[in-house]
Amino acid sequence: MTASDPRTSSPGALTRRGLEASSPRYGEKAFKVFFAFCGIVSVAVTTAIVLSLIPPTFAFFREVPIGDFLTGTLWAPAFSVASFGVLPIVVGSLMVVVISLSVAIPVGLLSAIYLSEYAPTRVRRVIKPMLEVLEGIPTVAIGLFAFWFLRPLAETLFPFLPWQGPFAIGVAAVAVGLLIVPLVTSVSDDAMRAVPMALREGAYALGAGKLKVSLRVVFPAAISGIVAAVVLAGSRAVGETMVVLLAAGAGNPQLSFDPTKGVQTMTSFIAGRATGDIATGTIVYDTIFAVGTLLFVSTLILNMIAIRFVRRFREVYE
Amino acid sequence: MATRRVELATSGARAATLGALTSSSNRDHAMNTIFIGLMLLGLGFAIVGLASLIVFMFVEGGGRLTWSLFTAGPSTITPATAGYRTAILGTLYVIGGVVLFVVPVGIGAAIYLEEYADKNRWWNRLIELNIQNLAGVPSIVFGILGLAFIVRGPIGLGFVAAAGSLTLALLVLPTVILASREAIRAVPPSISEGALALGATQWQTIRRQVLPAAVPGILTGVILAIARAIGEAAPLLLVGAVTFVTFNPKFLEDGYSTLPVMIFNYSSRPQEEFRILAAAGVIVMLILVLLMNSFAVWLRDRFEQRW
Repeated sequence: MTASDPRTSSPGALTRRGLEASSPRYGEKAFKVFFAFCGIVSVAVTTAIVLSLIPPTFAFFREVPIGDFLTGTLWAPAFSVASFGVLPIVVGSLMVVVISLSVAIPVGLLSAIYLSEYAPTRVRRVIKPMLEVLEGIPTVAIGLFAFWFLRPLAETLFPFLPWQGPFAIGVAAVAVGLLIVPLVTSVSDDAMRAVPMALREGAYALGAGKLKVSLRVVFPAAISGIVAAVVLAGSRAVGETMVVLLAAGAGNPQLSFDPTKGVQTMTSFIAGRATGDIATGTIVYDTIFAVGTLLFVSTLILNMIAIRFVRRFREVYE
Repeated sequence: MATRRVELATSGARAATLGALTSSSNRDHAMNTIFIGLMLLGLGFAIVGLASLIVFMFVEGGGRLTWSLFTAGPSTITPATAGYRTAILGTLYVIGGVVLFVVPVGIGAAIYLEEYADKNRWWNRLIELNIQNLAGVPSIVFGILGLAFIVRGPIGLGFVAAAGSLTLALLVLPTVILASREAIRAVPPSISEGALALGATQWQTIRRQVLPAAVPGILTGVILAIARAIGEAAPLLLVGAVTFVTFNPKFLEDGYSTLPVMIFNYSSRPQEEFRILAAAGVIVMLILVLLMNSFAVWLRDRFEQRW
């Protein structure tokens, strides 16, 4: 500091200035409080979800025994003789998950290995953003595509299957598979690119070819990230609503494993039932929340598994 | 004698090695080719599948892409002249509300977690875990939340555009927080440490150093989230967007619809004209959403700083 500096030249400055802030800086504290509040909002959202699910779910289980709900095989909550066996729509959701993953896992993983290990930089620079953009295709569009295009196409390709009516859960599930391919590809591509170069170089030095390096070194090294991608995709498939609602229809109340028929899922039941003004306190209203709770809990478990796997792969390489 | 044995052994070993190497490298070569073929097939399937969706929609609804699609109101009787005016206005209201809510709260939460929160405290770890989980909650569950908490219950807005707006905002909030956190984390600590060492306060450091450097990443996250909100229909079915409105909606008065919900509504009618109308609506939505996504990805790749 120079002598002309008013602060040092004033007589009071002969004693050293303390290191504490010269003003209380309420503004700083206000911002901190605001940001902390924003962080708390997300916790409040989860709390609100749980709070909105619990009371109607309890009301539902006062009417319907929980054992009947979880093991019953007839789903007819709005019939005059109502039946609340949830298995038919749980099986519907499981069919969507299994079929969509059996499309998305091979397609997504092969694409990811290609992008991460084989693709020239120029190709990668085009394809990777393209997949990210396609990831954003609205689900209504995919549902209509499945309903209008894939369903007739499926009948042309497999005329020997017993197709009935305009809906088919198998076709809806394939469309969901198409929807989650970009997710599987980009998450597992990230995981494989996070594998250190040294591992690949070591394998090459021992005489392994590109194929062996990709499949025996990089793939196992990135397995936790890849598992996370698959679990996340499964969670997306369980929760997917519009595609299933449009292409798999309302379905029948019986338990069915036939992919060529319309089958209801947990999500399409909620979306199909809750449209319009249903009166609170009726059993149908409570049923929506009971199914919602089941859906919330199952995706929560899947997400926790995915988060655990992502953590593991972060810990190893970052 | 000894040299001959060595010679024999060497030639034997060489033959064995050569045999093993050539045959395996041939097989490896074939396997490699097959595998590359498989990978290209997989990638091709993904891209052709999604691209054919876009082409199909243009073939179905391209003929209806006229100006009246935007200006004409909906109709259940004359599908040939009906349009999406009220639905587009509804989408504008809903998305406007989403932006107003999600930009400050999402970025604020990200700033808190990256710049202020002590990661060793259990409540901060809880917030983090909670956001990751919330990002994976199905959209229809947010619809249930909207129905029980926002339309009825504690907030009690009724079936209005504001309720749909808040529901979608909560749905995309985790996406915005996660993307903004990534962007803020990518700014090297040396920059904020430098600012703090020069006497800037924490908020000054964040506002003048950290945020400007993180803006491209944050903006990308926000745009992707908004594009997702534009195309989202499932939760809105539960919070009142299904009502068939023929008048222009208001933010806080009953009766609104949005573009994807209107498309869903039209597509469930049997007549061919409605199907064409729905396909035309899908084209409008696809163009909007894909343009926004492309812009977001371009923005990130163009302005992302490598430190």
